[in-house]
Amino acid sequence: MVKRSRLCSTSSDEGCGAFGPRLCQMQQQDALSIQNVSHSFGSFQALKDVSLTVPRGGFTALLGVNGAGKTTLFSLITRLYDNRSGRIEVAGHDLRRQSGAALARLGVVFQSRALDPDLTVAQNMEYHAALHGISRREARPRIAEVLAQVDLADRLNARVSSLSGGQSRRAEIARALIHRPELLLLDEPTVGLDVRSRAEVVALTRALVQDGVSALWATHILDEIRPGDGLIILHKGEVLAHGNAGEIGDGDLTRTFLRLTGEQV
Amino acid sequence: MSRRLTPRMWLIAFLGIARRETLRFINQRGRFLAALVRPLVWLFIFAAGFRAVLGLSITPPYQTYVLYEVYVTPGLCAMIQLFNGMQSSLSMVHDRETGAMRTLLVSPFPRWFLLASKLVAGVIVSIIQVYTFLGIAWLWGIEAPPVGYLTVLPALFLSGLMLGAMGLFLSSTIRQLENFAGVMNFVIFPIFFASSALYPLWRMNESSPLLHDICAVNPFTHAVELIRFALYARLDLLSLLVVSGCLVLFFAGAVIMYDPGKGLWARRKGGA
Repeated sequence: MVKRSRLCSTSSDEGCGAFGPRLCQMQQQDALSIQNVSHSFGSFQALKDVSLTVPRGGFTALLGVNGAGKTTLFSLITRLYDNRSGRIEVAGHDLRRQSGAALARLGVVFQSRALDPDLTVAQNMEYHAALHGISRREARPRIAEVLAQVDLADRLNARVSSLSGGQSRRAEIARALIHRPELLLLDEPTVGLDVRSRAEVVALTRALVQDGVSALWATHILDEIRPGDGLIILHKGEVLAHGNAGEIGDGDLTRTFLRLTGEQV
Repeated sequence: MSRRLTPRMWLIAFLGIARRETLRFINQRGRFLAALVRPLVWLFIFAAGFRAVLGLSITPPYQTYVLYEVYVTPGLCAMIQLFNGMQSSLSMVHDRETGAMRTLLVSPFPRWFLLASKLVAGVIVSIIQVYTFLGIAWLWGIEAPPVGYLTVLPALFLSGLMLGAMGLFLSSTIRQLENFAGVMNFVIFPIFFASSALYPLWRMNESSPLLHDICAVNPFTHAVELIRFALYARLDLLSLLVVSGCLVLFFAGAVIMYDPGKGLWARRKGGA
């Protein structure tokens, strides 16, 4: 079930060669590690003993139908909810004991829109930078850089309320990248987008992964997953499968998902 | 980019939050006007009508008989802060509904600091509103001693913090914007009317000793008196202690309610 990082496939320091043991140890750490996490809302158990890892520098899809527990899991990883059981580590930092260090390494694109519609794109970006202790002066070149990455450089001074759905989503991704996170969490980022905008957002995220960012992409759309991606199937709060998307089941994700969950996706 | 939070980064985060609050305030000019119109209506219409029917004896900090407009002015300053605190509370609920709150809460800074920064930013906005109101009142002929305009500043800051913290605490208990009308009816209006903002407590005692006692323990009464005394360059120690104590209580309550491990709000599904 648990996959080791692609960057360093050895389990000891011996195989690290010229990189040295410390760098190798960093590389060995998964971008995200979740062990035995459960969460309940009253008598309803939303997550049941969930364990999973997201390797560094990879694209991992979290697949599940609505109500599977994806958003609850994201809320625990981002500390909007407290994980009262199990352990969550972001880039080796325990979320409970080193929450500041862990959150500093996370970039989050929430399912619901999180940009302030009354402010401009630049003002939203500067606000987010400030929330990570980055001054406006330091943030400006970085904002220009990330907006160019998401092809929104010309919308810097536009009000968020004037952006299209796809532009708004790309702006949210740019916002999440300002503080150079190691792990990007995207909670169903293509919901409500047309086919073209959806393809753009998926392509953009894959390009970011190529640049070295790790991504955990929650979705219920099979088309967004490729055979080489990491895949976690979450259903009714339980991890049913975890591994390489091309290797889970017989390679036919639709049939495998139906067999595992009994539901069409 | 360094991941350790340095003092400079804390300052940047505070300034960033304050800037966002200011930008939102500037973008919502109607909010500024509404905040001013409400106390001005009370001052120009309500107070003018009551002047004739409400006699006021000499009570501290006043050293002579004062017009009702003069008496009611500190209460209206506190009213601006009360409604501004509630406006901030409303904006917190709105931010939660729109998702903007999540951006704030997933910051690496501790939650108490993020809430305190938001609180202080809101108080700065309310102080600007109060001074604008005092300026208009001055043009209307309602003058405090010149030094009073300076000595009232710390009182406004403290009372604003207390009322803002109360709003923050209330916002943690409200799940939807629709519920805010209930807060207005069951919290804000009783707090305002059962206070010394509009009538002196001795007057209240004449009509109902019970109501007088309720008004006397109302933290808003102490916020009003703190401002009233400070506007005349005097200190009401009891009010200072009550306002400070309530500030600590309300803010601690808000921090607990917004804490993912302790708060009731975070335990509810879809809370953030």
